[in-house]
Amino acid sequence: MTRLRLGLAILLLLTTAAIAAPWVAAWLGVDPDVPDLLARQSGPSAAHPLGTDELGRDILARLLFGARVSLAVGLAAALASTAIGLAAGLLAAWRGGWVDALLMRLADGLLALPALPLLVLLAAMDPAALGLPRGGALTDVLRIVLILAIFGWVGVARLSRAAAISVLARDHVRAARALGVSEARLLRRHVAPALAAPLTVAGSLAVAGAILAESTLSFLGLGIQPPASSWGNMLANAQDLVFSAPMAALWPGLAIAAAVAGAMLVADGLRRGQETP
Amino acid sequence: MWRMIAWRLPQIAATIVILSLAAYLAIGAMPGDPISLAMMADPRLGAADIERMRALHGLDQPLLARWWAWASGVLRGEFGYSRLFARPAAEILWPALRGSLVLLGAALALAATLGIAAGMLAALRPSWRAPVDALALASQALPAFWLGILLIILFAVTLGWLPAGGTPDAPGMLEAGRFLVLPVATLAIAHLAAYARHTAAAMAEVLRAPWITAARARGAPESRIALNHALPNAAVPLLSILALDAGALVSGALITETVFARPGMGKLLTDAVLGNDHNLALLALLLVAATTLLATLAADLAQRALDPRLAQGR
Repeated sequence: MTRLRLGLAILLLLTTAAIAAPWVAAWLGVDPDVPDLLARQSGPSAAHPLGTDELGRDILARLLFGARVSLAVGLAAALASTAIGLAAGLLAAWRGGWVDALLMRLADGLLALPALPLLVLLAAMDPAALGLPRGGALTDVLRIVLILAIFGWVGVARLSRAAAISVLARDHVRAARALGVSEARLLRRHVAPALAAPLTVAGSLAVAGAILAESTLSFLGLGIQPPASSWGNMLANAQDLVFSAPMAALWPGLAIAAAVAGAMLVADGLRRGQETP
Repeated sequence: MWRMIAWRLPQIAATIVILSLAAYLAIGAMPGDPISLAMMADPRLGAADIERMRALHGLDQPLLARWWAWASGVLRGEFGYSRLFARPAAEILWPALRGSLVLLGAALALAATLGIAAGMLAALRPSWRAPVDALALASQALPAFWLGILLIILFAVTLGWLPAGGTPDAPGMLEAGRFLVLPVATLAIAHLAAYARHTAAAMAEVLRAPWITAARARGAPESRIALNHALPNAAVPLLSILALDAGALVSGALITETVFARPGMGKLLTDAVLGNDHNLALLALLLVAATTLLATLAADLAQRALDPRLAQGR
């Protein structure tokens, strides 16, 4: 249980920080996106507790607003992947036959591809070519959530398919079906409870994966576009300055590591809690 | 075994054909084709020239027809020219592939050795379990690009012991090795967790088996039990991770290659995809997919050889 509590505490702390971002920025009297060329790369001070970056923007404020992006993307992408994966897995287990074969070969194919270059390919696609509006922080977030979900559903689909197949083959479920219980009720009463436990674990792992993937894309310049801040694009700027301002690389990386570790601890704690000793 | 190979090879071939089609369509949907890039480079080109060039290169054809033309060329062994480098795509691929094989080969060998050793320690010595657990968590949670930057700050900027990135100007194994240390360390740390976790879990499971108790009862030394009795059996699930990493050998490590400015497949693949270099991108993608799928097949075969029960279960 200590893992679960530790993980939840970390995530709660980061969430609070993300929610409080505008108030902290207002209290400090700084705008995270507006450069101040007279205060570039200044060290920690009363006005800027963590100093300023290469354009004179307050690092603490950018970090907090970056938390909003990272956590929102992590949660939304995990929910989307879990929903798609659950639907695909249930469909494959329930229908079987060619539906099952098609979905599972699709999953194999996605797993055989190098994930990162393909994420980059999808992230570089022009949204205007697909008839979507271009630009804006919100569209960036939605675009990344969509891209991560396209790859993220595979694991959940395999997991829910395996669990559903094993439940559907059990005697009490077959008896219920023989008694004329409707398929919808079978899914609701028998399959859903069996899926809840593995799905919570897979879901928290998906949050960790999505936060890491978003920061990677933003680091490569394909995720959240400046001036909006994200932990990934803060690190991209910091790498160009390792020789002049090595400390700038510290905070965003620490934030990513904490968020990912928090979600992983939650997943680990949940899994251990479910294991029957 | 032959039956399984005969069953799986056509499936692998079909998956690769579908993947190539999907990748072709996705790259085709990217903004700008080669001609519109040429147009931007040379303002004197008129609308008529553009049309003529599109027709000359077959870009006025529908995507599906272009894919078919490309695929039949590949079957004849013609991989086409790279648009970015204006040389045959296969010729561009080799140096990058060599770079990735060296970098990832060294990193994965290191990660597997250290990871399996750490996992065995955690399974055999209870006092090691918590530290190995923490190490695995850290290795998974630290973003590779941040780890790379931190290593650069420590060893290149502050201490000045190692180069911050790039490739050596002077030839020689020692010089090449110096440039490899930081990227190999970054990658090895990132890959270590999977080996440590799976080894620990599999070993703990195997050590509870009755034949281990029997070996102990016969008086076999603990080292012999761990290495000769438990490890081969615990290796079965590890082969799946090795197979996935074999794909990484070929697909390269985009992040590490970017942070340390090294040539490799990850960067080649990304540059090709972003630079509208269809031939190069597709060739690289297919190579990666084929390697991963074949490595998975090899791992499945090896797992059956190690554990004959798997073959009966089908």
